[in-house]
Amino acid sequence: MLLDARDLDYKALNDHLRSAQGDCSITGCCGQRFIGAGMSDKNISIEGVPGNALGAYLNGGTITVNANAQDAVGDTMNAGRIVVHGNIGDAAGYAMRGGKIFVKGNAGYRAGIHMKAYEDKIPVMVIGGTAGSFLGEYQAGGVIVVLGLHAKAEEIVGFFPCTGMHGGKMFLRSDCRNVVFPDQVTVRPAGETDLEELREYVAEYCALFGEDLGGVLASPFTVVTPDTKNPYKQMYVAN
Amino acid sequence: MKIEGQVRIPSGCAIAAVISRDGNRMPGATIIKAMKPMHDRSNGLGGGFAGYGIYPEYRDFYALHMFFDERATRKSCETFLKERFEIVKSEIMPTRKIPAITDEPILWRYFVAPLKSVLRDLQLDEKEFVARTVMKINTEMKGAYVFSSGKNMGTFKAVGFPEDVGAFYRLEEYEGYSWTAHGRYPTNTPGWWGGAHPFTLLDWSIVHNGEISSYDANRRFIEMFGYKCTLQTDTEVITYMMDYLLRVKGLTLSEAASVIAAPFWSTIQGKADLEEKNKLTYLRTIFSSLLITGPFSIVLGFNGGLMALNDRLKLRSMVVGEKGDRVFIASEEAAIRTMEPSAERVWAPAGGEPVIIQVKDGAY
Repeated sequence: MLLDARDLDYKALNDHLRSAQGDCSITGCCGQRFIGAGMSDKNISIEGVPGNALGAYLNGGTITVNANAQDAVGDTMNAGRIVVHGNIGDAAGYAMRGGKIFVKGNAGYRAGIHMKAYEDKIPVMVIGGTAGSFLGEYQAGGVIVVLGLHAKAEEIVGFFPCTGMHGGKMFLRSDCRNVVFPDQVTVRPAGETDLEELREYVAEYCALFGEDLGGVLASPFTVVTPDTKNPYKQMYVAN
Repeated sequence: MKIEGQVRIPSGCAIAAVISRDGNRMPGATIIKAMKPMHDRSNGLGGGFAGYGIYPEYRDFYALHMFFDERATRKSCETFLKERFEIVKSEIMPTRKIPAITDEPILWRYFVAPLKSVLRDLQLDEKEFVARTVMKINTEMKGAYVFSSGKNMGTFKAVGFPEDVGAFYRLEEYEGYSWTAHGRYPTNTPGWWGGAHPFTLLDWSIVHNGEISSYDANRRFIEMFGYKCTLQTDTEVITYMMDYLLRVKGLTLSEAASVIAAPFWSTIQGKADLEEKNKLTYLRTIFSSLLITGPFSIVLGFNGGLMALNDRLKLRSMVVGEKGDRVFIASEEAAIRTMEPSAERVWAPAGGEPVIIQVKDGAY
């Protein structure tokens, strides 16, 4: 079904989406929020810029954005896939606990804040460009990959990555020589098994955006995980 | 009902701005349109606009936009003004009656020049005199409020959604080389039009999305220098801080940004450039009480330019885009695309990274 969003507010647009049978294409999108919120039964492709909280609570299907996306993409999503052929705003994947987000370009601040995992649910976010400050803040589970492709910035991530990280895993396509991480995480070069795991995520990214898998994987990767030997304790009071 | 000044109102909000580097004037309709896709960021309890270059025929006169509660207040305020200024034009502000905007105060505007003799007696420069007069009216004259006091610029604000406020003030009839806009989402009840953004003093105007936690620390400091915060609204104190840093202390725009959104000490420590490191240390030390903490994204308007700035943690969204000689700033990219569908180089500045756009010399 083809939906022209030009004269629709977010409520009307989402009502149309919910009642539509099968996959939907949206044209003329400009800032309508909550697109695809809680949906699980269809694929949605979007022309124009969708509003905040795109695919919040998403529970299946694929949302494809052929432009930039705004803040809080995939907020608390549970399953499905969001593909953005541009950049995304702040707090992408906020508290997501399943599904995948693929961003061709850069992510804003706080990407993957409080991502988590539950039993067989392991969320994955792959950022093709660079990520802003506070990447993976309070990360509790899942996988964040930052590739830094075609990046002009000096560093692949901004300030204070992994602050409060206590679960999950992060892959950064860089030796991270000048990146300062908190004491409570372990930072090491990616090994054989890490690269095997990584290949799966990067292959999907390369297939979506037409990058060369071998070329992308040829660079050194850094892996960050919480340091269970140095947990967060007595951070505020000594009692 | 409590009005502004008796109750503190935290806000969510939407901001937008556009400027032509070549000084080309754009109708107010452009910026009104930008607020439409961000409608849900406001709740109808405040909207406003600032336009620069809108009064070319009175460019050498201060344009005072005023709210009055009743005719008698206006009359006594005019007597007060006549003792201090030459009033070259005095008129009711043109508005349009629409159902969405109600309970308007008396809206008046004056184009004025300070009397030379008064300036000489007080030994004050023109801007300081106008700033002090605005403070005096706003704190001492009950029922009168100056909400705009710059040259060749003007602020238009009310209780309502921004697009309705724009229609009410007939902004499509004005043309400016830069515009800023604000939609307010206070979580308590504002009683009064003065609490809407932009907040202004002289030609400085601020639109602000956020809720700063350093309000009282900032207020206590700035009130030592003659400013009076009458509305308990964080944006008001930011406006006076910018006037103090830029006009009174003579800091550059980026220096002022390094004061209010100072980098963390750890970030300053890590600076390789020794001169920059020393400067940042100096500014943070001297003006420690003017550091703003808590979320904000602001656009500062002034004659000839705009500065956009996020708090250093970037707790609010802000996007910038360009097309030709025009630069667009907004809380959401959708607002930029509404003004210019083919905007280029759309990017999100980092926290504490000022974006300064100035109109070419002589073009405004």
